Amino acid sequence: MEATIAVNSEGKTDWDGGGSRPFGASYGKMMMWFFIMSDALTFSGFLAAYGLTRFKFIDSWPIADQVFNHFPFIHGDHPMLFVALMTFILIFSSVTMVLAVDAGHKMKKAQVTWYMLLTIIGGVIFLGSQAWEWKNFINGTYGAVKTTEGKVLQFVKDGHQIALSDFVVGEYGERTTHTRENGLWFEDEATLPTYSLQQVISSYEHNPSVLIRTEEINPETKEKTILSREAGSRYLLKATKVVEGASLIENEYGKTAFADFFFFITGFHGFHVFSGILINIIVFFNVILGTYEKRGHYNMVEKVGLYWHFVDLVWVFVFTFFYLV
Amino acid sequence: MAHAQESHTKRIWLVFIFLCIITTVEVALGLAKPPALYFTQFLGTSLLNWIFIILTLVKAYYIVWAFMHLEGEKKWFRRSIVWTVVFLISYLVTLLLIEGGYLFDTLSPLVKWDY
Repeated sequence: MEATIAVNSEGKTDWDGGGSRPFGASYGKMMMWFFIMSDALTFSGFLAAYGLTRFKFIDSWPIADQVFNHFPFIHGDHPMLFVALMTFILIFSSVTMVLAVDAGHKMKKAQVTWYMLLTIIGGVIFLGSQAWEWKNFINGTYGAVKTTEGKVLQFVKDGHQIALSDFVVGEYGERTTHTRENGLWFEDEATLPTYSLQQVISSYEHNPSVLIRTEEINPETKEKTILSREAGSRYLLKATKVVEGASLIENEYGKTAFADFFFFITGFHGFHVFSGILINIIVFFNVILGTYEKRGHYNMVEKVGLYWHFVDLVWVFVFTFFYLV
Repeated sequence: MAHAQESHTKRIWLVFIFLCIITTVEVALGLAKPPALYFTQFLGTSLLNWIFIILTLVKAYYIVWAFMHLEGEKKWFRRSIVWTVVFLISYLVTLLLIEGGYLFDTLSPLVKWDY
């Protein structure tokens, strides 16, 4: 197979029209750095907006450990572990990328090929992990109740949050979801929650071991406030609906803006990983075809490497500000 | 143009191990939440959060310097990137966080938590 390959035939340097190489950098590399700068500013804009919103609701922001606590194949409450694993995966794929760049400098085609392949695999695993994280977040774990003011009330037993299914008795029996098939053809509604509000409230009243947790953070303990039984009943009078899982409109974890920022920032980062994988695949095939071997240098691997490390760099900050701080 | 770059393989693996250790320390601290750090406020947030932020910046430094190989670039190329980004981001973050604190001070008295 003969590939069409752009080679400098007239001995031109990468900067067209002259031999100047400002700062000793090739055109592509310098432009990649400037693109990364602007992208870094975009991401910091998002993260700074997240910081502003979090400071605005500093007394009631969701606690990340109570939101992201799943680990594959292990039941129970495991905060932080999965996201730490994702971080290791991304750092490792960064290492294979930099090893590919290093092998490229030494013009070792076989090594570059293998390291590029490992980098792509690492990226795909990371993206899959993120999809799994999103799935858990969107489906929700526990379910909660929303009040007229949009505050979220969660249910706890012995200090630990419990799911609605752990204490609510009965099935949603009042009516079925209105869909286009069984009702007005031009209207439909969101899927009904598993339990009706009345069932949740009466189950709470009949089960003295269940307590209600509000969004408010107690500054002394840095934990969410747990109400007494009586106060809980009073709060439930204000309840308007059952919330399960997360969307852009509401979520069972608390502040709506929390889910919005989570979707937007990790989504934007995930999209970067996705496009990084695509570019890596293109470069990977070019390596196999011998494009860079004929061109005489592996600058392209270095450029895509810069982008890939940048994606890793952003994740380091997302990890800190979404999960740790 | 591989301008006579020697192999960095050993350093790459050392940096990798270092980044993994920092991440492990972060996760361990995040799970343990030592009360002395967790409940001590310093400049608007807890000491523990400051440790996280500093460790993150250390990680960022090693990724940019070793992996993105900024240490090998010309001094003013490096500075044109790092100084610009560091200045603009610190500026933005400072202003927005101050604004966020102001919004909290102004709005939180209006929120009723007790029904």
